[in-house]
Amino acid sequence: MTRADRLPLAHIAVAVTAFGAAACMALMQALSRANLDLPFRSAQIYYLSVTAHGTLMALVFTTFFIMGLGYALVPRALGRPLLHEGLAWVSFWIALAGTLATLTAIFAGKATVLYTFYPPLKAHPAFYIGLTLLVVGSWGWGFAVLRTLRAWRREHAGVPIPLPVLGFATTIIVWYIATVGVACEMLFLLIPWSLGIEKTINPELARTLFWWFGHPLVYFWLLPAYVVWYTVLPRAAGGKLFSDNLARLVFVLFIVLSSPVGLHHQAMDPGIPAGWKLFHTFNTMWILFPSFVTAFTIIASLEVAGRARGATGLLNWIGKLPWSDPLVASVLLAMLLFAFGGFGGAINASYGMNAMVHNTAWVQGHFHLTVGSAVALTFMGTTYWLLPKLTGRDLELGLLAKVQPWLWFAGMMLFSFSNHVTGLMGMPRRVFDPSYGGDPTAARWKMLTGISAVGGILLFVSAAFFVMVVLGTWLAGRKSEQPAVEFAEPLEPAPKSLPIFDRLGLWAAVAVVLVLVAYAYPIWHLIRTPHFGSPGYSPF
Amino acid sequence: MNVDLYERIWMWAAVAIVVVFLTAIGISTFAYAVRPPSHMETIDPATVMQDPRFAEPGVVTLPDGSVHVTIVAMMFAYLPAEVHVPVGHPVTFRITSMDVTHGFEITGTNGNTMVVPGYVSQFTYTFDEPGEHLVVCNEFCGVGHHTMSGKVIVDPPGGPAAGAAAPDSAHPAADTGVRP
Repeated sequence: MTRADRLPLAHIAVAVTAFGAAACMALMQALSRANLDLPFRSAQIYYLSVTAHGTLMALVFTTFFIMGLGYALVPRALGRPLLHEGLAWVSFWIALAGTLATLTAIFAGKATVLYTFYPPLKAHPAFYIGLTLLVVGSWGWGFAVLRTLRAWRREHAGVPIPLPVLGFATTIIVWYIATVGVACEMLFLLIPWSLGIEKTINPELARTLFWWFGHPLVYFWLLPAYVVWYTVLPRAAGGKLFSDNLARLVFVLFIVLSSPVGLHHQAMDPGIPAGWKLFHTFNTMWILFPSFVTAFTIIASLEVAGRARGATGLLNWIGKLPWSDPLVASVLLAMLLFAFGGFGGAINASYGMNAMVHNTAWVQGHFHLTVGSAVALTFMGTTYWLLPKLTGRDLELGLLAKVQPWLWFAGMMLFSFSNHVTGLMGMPRRVFDPSYGGDPTAARWKMLTGISAVGGILLFVSAAFFVMVVLGTWLAGRKSEQPAVEFAEPLEPAPKSLPIFDRLGLWAAVAVVLVLVAYAYPIWHLIRTPHFGSPGYSPF
Repeated sequence: MNVDLYERIWMWAAVAIVVVFLTAIGISTFAYAVRPPSHMETIDPATVMQDPRFAEPGVVTLPDGSVHVTIVAMMFAYLPAEVHVPVGHPVTFRITSMDVTHGFEITGTNGNTMVVPGYVSQFTYTFDEPGEHLVVCNEFCGVGHHTMSGKVIVDPPGGPAAGAAAPDSAHPAADTGVRP
């Protein structure tokens, strides 16, 4: 372990700890939904656990892992050390302190408001202030990475940005634009209200600012996974990246399209004009395009790899891929699950069809395929590849690492598909006990919630394997010389001139204009409409 | 930009898929008037029960034959918890919350709306068949969230099935719901 690698390792340690804790809660929740009477089962604990699981997985695990991955990959891809390492460490401690404050509030039972924290359910101020500090820490991370990139560009005039770095720069731009929404919600609405400075709050305005943040948040999770798919996977599979140019196009499209879409989460909300919901729905559909392009480029890159490994037939290159490599297996299975998740997402966002699935179990089935598989499984596979390089130790418990992605895949198929179906049958999400006093409609969900619980058990075992491999490698792995990080080469020679996709400032400006177009009127309308505020309510 | 022929074909196909999706949404919106509930009406959540619009929640048949159902959502119940509506008539649901954000989802239908305090949610739905629908709150509202439910009973033509109290045709505006 070099001194510089302590920074990414510290972030990954926090991420894996959060992941392990959240996985334990998930097991309890899945069993509770199947109405298994466990000791200590209660509605209070269930909802507290849903809050902790969502916060730890969606906000803590992802953010810390992404920051750690950025610190590991960006300096390596640029071939220069990180600027502002001191600031990076300060940001780490700010984010960690914030996380601990939030978790303290949750586990003290003072913040059972779920990770979407919709007012007028009110949490302890420490919950909101802690999450704000987590975001502030991530801003410091973005600043250090972008400044390092800027220094590199001065030293390498006219050279295209290395693709992994372009991917992370995109992630940071998307994150900065997204977090403006949640920062406004926290600073102007939630924190003053939870401290008692403001007596009431406008819940619909808070929801709108939350979803300004909440949708691009999913691309903040997804883009680092795409960095791995584009720049790590093809090489690990023994091939080359099919098209460097299109990868750049994809990243840039995410900058532009990620944010002006949040109202599709509020299709069922009162107080927001239907025309603006339609506008956001139309914008959302175009985000399918870069993911379709990704599907082609990655699959073509994999075919190149399979053929390089001796495949000759139409499809036998699939079998020739190194499935026994835990990184390759994780990412391939993650992509397969994402294909289902993507189409489900198009249904969620479709204005009219949203009524069928809005806030039903379908939604949790959906995002466990996207963030819970495409992103989380990719990150687990990436850890198997990256951790030995950062710690200078061999991967331990390799057999568990090989089995783990398959268990995740099987568990997620059972969990996610049963939740999609119960959702279509009307079962709401986030309910402690879906029996509704023996109502005949609710009785029809029963077998599927059982299948979902079996999926939950498999997922828990898979998560436990992952944590064991990480602990084993870190604490007991044999010290040895590890191969350096190498990124996939493009199939075609690198472009000579600077691609237009590298003009990040330009694309960020386009994105800001689109966000203003998409949100200026709906937010102005919410503020201008005479409305009545809400005092806070305790969930218990 | 040099793009492989197959990939170029694929990209056009992807554009075509997106255009098909957008067209489907556009047709359902403009030709079939499928619109999500986006009602604009505010109300003071502190005085919902005194507000004339919600003081007497329940089912009302207006002189023009249309049916209005008014419901107040609260932690952790709907008032009234059970409503009878006629089959084959457009039924307009008007719902608001006294406290936190709730959901109102009529299972087995597309009737689904968020109920945000300070706002009146409104949507219209026509039930094609008689029967019972479980109504669930689908937004987390507190420790009793999973107990917050109601029932929409769709009566066959001519009134409720035998055994249930028949509404007095002279007073169709009466609340047929059970108050918790």
